[in-house]
Amino acid sequence: MNNLVKIDKLCFQRDNRFIFNDVDIAIPSGKITAIMGPSGSGKTTLLRLIGGQLLPASGTVTVFDKQVHSLNRKQLYTLRKRMGMLFQSGGLFTHLNVFENVAFPLREHTKLTNAMIRSLVLMKLEMVGLRGARHLMPSELSGGMARRVALARAIALDPDLIMYDEPFSGQDPISMGVLVKLIRTLNDALGLTSVIVSHDVQETLSIADYVYIIGDGKLIGHGTARSISADISEQLKQFIHGLPDGPVPFHYPANKLQQDLIGEQPV
Amino acid sequence: MMDHVATIGRLGLLALREYGKAGLLLARVVFYPPNLRKGVPLVIQQIYAEGVLSLLIIIVSSLFIGMVVALQGYHTLAKFGASQELGPLVALSVTRELGPVVTAILFAGRAGSAVAAEIGLMKATEQLSSMEMMAVDPLKRVIAPRLWGGFISMPLLTLIFNAVAIYGSYLVGVKWLALDAGTFWSNMQSSVDFRLDVINGIYKSIVFGLVVIWIAVYQGYKSAPTSAGIASATTRAVVYSSLAVLSLDFVLTAMMIGEW
Amino acid sequence: MVSQRTIESFVGLFLLAATIALIVLAFKVSGLTSFFKGESYAVTAAFDNIGQLKVRAPVKIGGVTIGEVSEIKLDSQTYKAVVTLRINKNVNDIPVDSSAGILTAGLLGDNYIELIPMYSKDFLRNGSEIQDTHSAIILEKLIGQLIFKLSGGNDNTKNDSNTKGANQ
Repeated sequence: MNNLVKIDKLCFQRDNRFIFNDVDIAIPSGKITAIMGPSGSGKTTLLRLIGGQLLPASGTVTVFDKQVHSLNRKQLYTLRKRMGMLFQSGGLFTHLNVFENVAFPLREHTKLTNAMIRSLVLMKLEMVGLRGARHLMPSELSGGMARRVALARAIALDPDLIMYDEPFSGQDPISMGVLVKLIRTLNDALGLTSVIVSHDVQETLSIADYVYIIGDGKLIGHGTARSISADISEQLKQFIHGLPDGPVPFHYPANKLQQDLIGEQPV
Repeated sequence: MMDHVATIGRLGLLALREYGKAGLLLARVVFYPPNLRKGVPLVIQQIYAEGVLSLLIIIVSSLFIGMVVALQGYHTLAKFGASQELGPLVALSVTRELGPVVTAILFAGRAGSAVAAEIGLMKATEQLSSMEMMAVDPLKRVIAPRLWGGFISMPLLTLIFNAVAIYGSYLVGVKWLALDAGTFWSNMQSSVDFRLDVINGIYKSIVFGLVVIWIAVYQGYKSAPTSAGIASATTRAVVYSSLAVLSLDFVLTAMMIGEW
Repeated sequence: MVSQRTIESFVGLFLLAATIALIVLAFKVSGLTSFFKGESYAVTAAFDNIGQLKVRAPVKIGGVTIGEVSEIKLDSQTYKAVVTLRINKNVNDIPVDSSAGILTAGLLGDNYIELIPMYSKDFLRNGSEIQDTHSAIILEKLIGQLIFKLSGGNDNTKNDSNTKGANQ
């Protein structure tokens, strides 16, 4: 099984804080890989690094056998045409309706006729179940529907790799169920490689083939979905089971309670 | 004490870096070879959004400004028995100063703020990022058309402002204050020089257009992707461009009076 | 969503309105007359003092503008101001002995050149020179003359009775 994306010894800093410190991740092709971790662990940053929007301080990110940060602008854009990305807020263009949003990458990058574009867009919308909503404007869509449209747009050019940035956050159970089903079905039906970045443990583990867990800039665990649930390391346990206190502390660092209650005595 | 000097120095360097980033943005947009087939419809859309939709405020303002200048001017000139100079008074004030400057400030308030808010919102809702990930350059697709739309709309709006303001002064001077129409127009024609007054005014408006839309686009592009960020970007776009227009007006007028 | 065609029509109207505004500004407001170089001929005139005369000041006959001043130079030999007048081609019957004077438009206005045609049958052509020139009236000299006349006039009334016959 070859790896579509290979991340080696990645180091990335922001504001003198190490977001990633010597991280190795391999994303096998044709499978759904989940990258999970607590908030602020840099999961979205990882997707941006894969997509070439950010450059690593050191280490390599290899996608489709090409080192992402050594490409020039044109090569990077060619690479990106093979990737689809679903942003947390959907990222739909507010001045275009649903149909035009999905048609956008087709109009930009292909010379297909209007009739062909129409057929393709209708098929993509059908895949996400929103063909009937094609004339609505993004402002008229619910959050879940907007995400599905964004998904249809992400697969418009039939990419080989698709990345989901927190696809389940803030969704009601039904929308969540729909999205979960869609991600799995699309991955298998279209032979995609999917990368899900999320902190929704239950949903993600239910469809992921392989899981990486990141914390404090390092990998704190990886393995198949089943093996992760049974893992015994403390950090992992707190994360997987959603324990309120553990390696990630409940209390923000502060003085002893008695000191604060007695008050800051004016000297 | 040294702390204050250090702070001033740091702020100065920060401002310099901002200026540099804005300049780089402008350079990347202007010097990037444009795709005419795809680009021109986008520019036309922006000329509509920035120019045509500003027409209402420009025409109404210019009409009233022309009328007010004529009214005020008449009463002062009448004291010197020079009321036949009303035509030149209005025409020169409008074509040399009021036309370019007031149009620029109104444009900053209406189109500049709209553009800054639009771009800031697109940044906050990750539309610019998704465009990038779809291998479409947002600079070419979103930023450049708005810049060109601004460059082109401003001089056109100024021309319309000038004409409507002078017409407004004609309404007040001739129709209301009963000045002689022939004297009004012929005195104006002999005092207003096309090259020195009208064309210089248009040069000014071209420079102002560049400055206003450039500031608006940059403020939107670098705004923080939050609602507070967008609000402050919009405010800053209007304030900075207005200040820039007024100070550049002085510089340009000094250059023009000295006949370049 | 406004359709592309509607947008294009409105932008077209906008451009049209701006063009009309430009034309109005050019002709009605600034009186731009098409004064092409080819349709005029150049004539020179030398003045002792041109006063406030500027380039592009009008040249008039009987108050009607027939041309403009195109150049003002100082002749280093005679120390006179040599003014080049560009006269409209269709005004080609100005006698060579016409005089050129520098007058003021109104009380405080700009200076312009007034040509007074004479009687010669030869007409001014490209490169001709107008010989009979009257310089601009300099206000200080005028006041000086006036003061002199007022004070000199008192002296003259005393001498008048003595020199009446001699003066005539």
